[in-house]
Parts: sequence; C-alpha cells; structure tokens
Amino acid sequence: MIFAGVSCAILVTMVLAIARAIKGPTVYDRLLAVNMFGTKTALLLAVIAFLFGRADFLDLALAYALINLVGVLAVLEFFQNRIDANGDASGD
Amino acid sequence: MIEWLLIVVDIVSWILLIIGSICVLIGGIGVLRMPDFYSRIHAASLTDTMATLALFSGMILQAGFSLAAAKLFAIMLFLLLTGPTATYALANSALLSGHKPKAAVLEKKVE
Repeated sequence: MIFAGVSCAILVTMVLAIARAIKGPTVYDRLLAVNMFGTKTALLLAVIAFLFGRADFLDLALAYALINLVGVLAVLEFFQNRIDANGDASGD
Repeated sequence: MIEWLLIVVDIVSWILLIIGSICVLIGGIGVLRMPDFYSRIHAASLTDTMATLALFSGMILQAGFSLAAAKLFAIMLFLLLTGPTATYALANSALLSGHKPKAAVLEKKVE
C-alpha cells in the first residue's frame, strides 16, 4: 500500500519536471528536467517492482539509469561549446 | 523474539519510504519555484540524492537479505554516484556557454 503512495509521489514529481521542461526559458532548464525525469523513471521502476512483486523490474531500473546518464551526457556535449543564443541570463 | 524485530524493520522502512516521497515532492516543487537556473539545479539534485537514499534504503529493508536487496543496493549506488556527475556536467556546460547566474546580473544593476 505504501508503495502506491510512493509511486504517486514520484509521478507527481515527474509531472512537475514536465511542467519545468515546458516552461523552462533556457535550453538548460529543459535538459535539467529531462535528466530529472530519467532518474525518477528509474526510481519509479524500482518502486513498481515492489508494488507488483516482480523482481525483474529491478534490472530494468538499473539499465534505464545507465542509459539515461549516457543520454544526458551525450546531449550535454552537443550544447557544450554553443554560445547561448540570448547571451547571459536574459532568458529567464 | 523475531516477530517484534520484523515489525520494527517494517516500521523503519515505512518511515524511510515516507521521508523519500516527501523529499521527492519537495525537490519537484523546488524545480518549479526557484527563480534562476542554477538554484533549480540545487532543487533537482535534492531529489537525486536524498530521495534515492531514503527510498532505496527503505526498499532494501523491505526486501530483506536477498538478491533483490543486492540489486537495489547496486541501483542506489549507481544513482548516488552518477546524479551529481550529471548535475556537474549540466552546470559546467551552462556556465561555459555564457549562461550567467541571476545574482551576478543583479549586482551589475546595483552599481
């Protein structure tokens, strides 16, 4: 029962992260929201593993956490040396 | 003798799970409400570290001494190690591309 509550809390956080992704003025806010969404998915997978009592979801959570990190770092390399279009923090 | 031990473990894991879900919510709200990008990173990293620590230790207690607990510990260790690295890479590339923190902008206006 407690795991249903925990998964609801994580789902609410993911919705908040999506709200930040949509509202985020600069591209880095969106990247932050995507990174947060990814780690929360891994967390949610682990909690769902307990909710449904199936232990193989834990492997999914570990794989997802690994891939999410690589994805975020790869996209970051893309934005690394790009001078921000609106210069300083005038974006937000 | 064992019964009350199981009850204690259950209670402790429930408390940890509740703390974890509260921290995840606080971090989520913080990401929305913080004024500047760099303070938003601070709020997001709260969910990365505190909630992961509390939730996974609560689940490890629930899982007891088994393979699932070992897997949970591996995931927790990985998330705790890579969360801050991803946050650092994000802040570093934002700073390198000229994204100034808000406070720095305000100081210029004050002079």
